[in-house]
Amino acid sequence: MKKIFSYPKSLKNVPTHYCPGCGHGIAHRLVAEIVDELGIREKVIAVAPVGCAVVAYDYWDFDCCEAAHGRAAAVATGIKRARPGNIVFTYQGDGDLAAIGTNETIHAANRGENISIVFINNAVYGMTGGQLAPTTLLGQKTATTPEGRKAGSEGFPLKISEMLARLPAVKYIERVSLHSPQEVIKAKKAIKQAFLNQVNNLGFSLVEVLSACPTYWDMPAKNALDWIRDVMSKEFPLGRIK
Amino acid sequence: MAKSKILMTGNEAIALGAIDAGCRFYAGYPITPQNELTAFMAKNMPKAGGVFIQAESELAAVNMVLGASAAGARAMTSSSSPGISLKQEGISYIAGCRLPAVIVNVMRGGPGLGNIMPAQSDYFQATRSGGHGDYHCLVLAPYSVQEAYDFMFKAFALADKYRNPVMILGDGMLGQMMEPLQLSDNRKTGNQKPKTKIWMLTGCRGRKPNVVKSFYLQEGDLEKFNLTLQKEYRLIRQNEQLYEGIFLKDAKIIIVAYGTMARIAKGAVKKLRKAGKKIGLIRPISLWPFPGNIFRRLAASPKRLSFLVVEMSYGQMIEDVLLSLNGKSPVEFLGRSGGGIPSEEEIINKIKILMK
Repeated sequence: MKKIFSYPKSLKNVPTHYCPGCGHGIAHRLVAEIVDELGIREKVIAVAPVGCAVVAYDYWDFDCCEAAHGRAAAVATGIKRARPGNIVFTYQGDGDLAAIGTNETIHAANRGENISIVFINNAVYGMTGGQLAPTTLLGQKTATTPEGRKAGSEGFPLKISEMLARLPAVKYIERVSLHSPQEVIKAKKAIKQAFLNQVNNLGFSLVEVLSACPTYWDMPAKNALDWIRDVMSKEFPLGRIK
Repeated sequence: MAKSKILMTGNEAIALGAIDAGCRFYAGYPITPQNELTAFMAKNMPKAGGVFIQAESELAAVNMVLGASAAGARAMTSSSSPGISLKQEGISYIAGCRLPAVIVNVMRGGPGLGNIMPAQSDYFQATRSGGHGDYHCLVLAPYSVQEAYDFMFKAFALADKYRNPVMILGDGMLGQMMEPLQLSDNRKTGNQKPKTKIWMLTGCRGRKPNVVKSFYLQEGDLEKFNLTLQKEYRLIRQNEQLYEGIFLKDAKIIIVAYGTMARIAKGAVKKLRKAGKKIGLIRPISLWPFPGNIFRRLAASPKRLSFLVVEMSYGQMIEDVLLSLNGKSPVEFLGRSGGGIPSEEEIINKIKILMK
């Protein structure tokens, strides 16, 4: 008999703190599987964000560094420049990467830092209780937009991936989703590509992952997945951006 | 044969001292009056096989240093007062992650954008915890270009020894002035491979994964961690107090000043001594830990002593002098800031009034 599937070595076999239906668990697992498949577990250094994934280092079984809220791309720059032989990636949410960390993100991309970024977009701040995120959809109700996001006062959903794609030093940007098994397979392929680009010294790669937050979208898990398919991915179209 | 000296500014001496001390990672952001430091690093760090990055902000610079330090590099950043305020977030995280790093503050006038004149008004920020949380930076205050260079060796050694951020607190005067400088016999040239430290992030080859973090969510964990820090700080207070004292034996009034201000005060003390006045000087070199022991020793002596604290601020270090003396000796103050620097004459006049 041939073993064709097993638990990833890079993922600790522990329960996570994530809510039922949350996408982080899937995304963590995809990263762990990719690290195993590329045989880079002993070379990887992850940078964990501030947000729901703040304790990602409790789940991944490789070297990890904390970053202050939004500063992951700067911390990753420091690690990668000091140890160019290691594989350095950040894992960040929408508030971390596209609000408080916009500056660090844009400039790491513009320098063409040879790092990989897994960007989890769930259109809301989870850790702090469901506030407006830069990626919150128009009309979407949050703790700080009780009447729904209005363009006139909160502006439009920020498409950071499309913005970054304009930068000449950026190698690869793709937007994927976790709303169905087929999409998860595509997401894994894209994240793997982002890591491979770094292994091959090709430069800055980012994968934006549309991920469900049933808790703060106030929906059952199944409906949250459908909402990504039917609503969120219309605002944030899936596919290769650069 | 006497070794030859080179002439350079304090800012350049700090940069050269850092490179010679084995620093191989620098990230900074332009701000006056420390730009010569950044420019020197841009030119010379790559030649030494190190990394120079002009960051997009002070926040990014200090967090790049955090990352580089976590990866085992001797790393530093520098700025001047308003930029150091921005770096406080990162410094707090560096302390919380127990990482070694050196931060240089070439102080200028504040508050706010202030001006670009030399000042000492960031003493509180440097010696208390400038960012959030119960932590301290070790703080060293050079008063000459030679010390600006020499203290970088000491700063990196202390940062490694205690796994704690170390701040070099200079000012625009020290940064801009030129003096002859004697280079160290222990210059570290060429590529410096990071020394292996057990907590470093290198990839988990042959060991369990390492995590560098300051987050302790479980009840009791953070308190335990903070107590560990306090234990380190007690050791630092015991072992790392540094000062220079002159004419302390027979002095009736002791001037207390650090950095550039001590340079000026020393001139005043020499003139007063020539005029037969029994004046001494204590120049704190470590500002945290503050060299309180010498003050306690002096205050315990039977003779009547008084102190004159002179600062390029409206009275910050004086609080540490008062705390150290604990009411046992009278303390006077002379200070200016925002561009004004107490002159030799002002110090001498103040002493004459006090001696009346």
